[in-house]
Amino acid sequence: MKLSPDETVFWEYGFINLNLTIVTTWAIMLVLAIVSWWITRNLKKDIQISRWQSLLEIIVITINNQIEEIGISKPAKYIGFIGTLFLFIATANLFVIFPWYQAPTGSISTTAALALCVFFAVPFFGISEKGIQDYLKSYVQPTIIMLPFNLIGEVSRTLALAIRLFGNIMSGGIIVAILLSVAPLLFPIIMNAIGLLTGMVQAYIFSILATVYIAAAVKNTKSMKT
Amino acid sequence: MKIDWFTVIAQILNFVILVWLLKRFLYKPILNAIDAREKKINAQLADAENKKLEAKLEHDEFIRKNETFDAEKQQLMQNVIDETKTERERLLKEARIDADALKTKHAEALSEMQNNLVEEYKQHMEQEVFSISKKTLIDLASVDLESKIAETFIKQLEKLNESEKNNFVQSFKSDSKPMIVQSAFNLSPEFQHKIKKTVDEILGTDTDFEFKVEPDLIAGIEMTANGYKLAWSISEYLDSLKKTIAEKTDEIRKTATKKVKDANK
Repeated sequence: MKLSPDETVFWEYGFINLNLTIVTTWAIMLVLAIVSWWITRNLKKDIQISRWQSLLEIIVITINNQIEEIGISKPAKYIGFIGTLFLFIATANLFVIFPWYQAPTGSISTTAALALCVFFAVPFFGISEKGIQDYLKSYVQPTIIMLPFNLIGEVSRTLALAIRLFGNIMSGGIIVAILLSVAPLLFPIIMNAIGLLTGMVQAYIFSILATVYIAAAVKNTKSMKT
Repeated sequence: MKIDWFTVIAQILNFVILVWLLKRFLYKPILNAIDAREKKINAQLADAENKKLEAKLEHDEFIRKNETFDAEKQQLMQNVIDETKTERERLLKEARIDADALKTKHAEALSEMQNNLVEEYKQHMEQEVFSISKKTLIDLASVDLESKIAETFIKQLEKLNESEKNNFVQSFKSDSKPMIVQSAFNLSPEFQHKIKKTVDEILGTDTDFEFKVEPDLIAGIEMTANGYKLAWSISEYLDSLKKTIAEKTDEIRKTATKKVKDANK
């Protein structure tokens, strides 16, 4: 029994390999890109719009509002990163409804990659917003004694992001696999449904946490003081 | 379960590509469309607001005009009413004056007519009375009546008081002409004598007499001497009657005129 789609390798050349995780990710990317392109290819700027456009607008606006609620005043700048995090994870988890599908988020490599993205995105956005000096200063707040703890926090929360998502999705998949062998009728369906819910919740949690980290990094210290 | 670092790197790349793709195909167009729509809606709202404002201004203008119009209408109506009232009063006054004038004229005409009528009646009555009297007396006239008249005349002569007698004597003495005695009928010599005798007694002289017949006297005798006239005849009574009737009719006429005037008031 394969615990991770990483283990299904189609092609290998030394360090480079083409496994199920990457292929599934490509598929998801393709679906997202094509659907987006297909719907947005003739967007209407009128008051009357198509249902698909309306659906996409609802998704985009909801993400935008979520980012804004967390405390980022200019969500348009961050929606590319945070929105894509959510959409990718949500889509990846949603596709478990297809048979023989293995979510790429069930691979620790993928979750680690996403967590690393967040890890790098936080200082990237922080520096672009406040400048490198101000951003680095935030590590010695409130005192310099806090510097190691801040650094440890930075690393540990990235680790936690990766493990949390991976653990949840992987466990969901394993539970279904186990139940299939124990009680193959009905129970896997229920567990799959629960897995679907978990997947959505995890997508939400992942992207919200990423937003919170970014928000904390880009928050204006001056405005905070006042 | 281990981390495959190649997969990690690949997934990072994949993720970055996906971010770019979704930015390109999803967020940007959608957000742009939303912005454009919001702008459009805002523009429309602003336009609607402007239109509303314009409509309000026009509405206000309309109401103001309406009010002005109403006020003007009211004023015009009031003017017309006032003018009509004045005109009505003027016309009424004129009509009243005209009516009064007409009434007066009418009253005058009525009065005139009445007067004429009364006059006509009076004359007619007078004529009737005279003609009746005349006719009666003429019919009655006879020697007997003559003698009665002559007797009455003689009695009158005798009854003359002192001042009258003096006047008579004075006027007779200044004239040498004969005394003229006129009568409707030829006096009998007896009465001629009696008259002569009575006059002689009064005058104390023997007087010449001239006796004439004058039918106009109707029934009576008249004695004339130098402007002085002594007479008795029925025509005197008739004159007196005529005078009385005239007075009476005048009185009646005056009363009638007064009544008409009172009625006009």
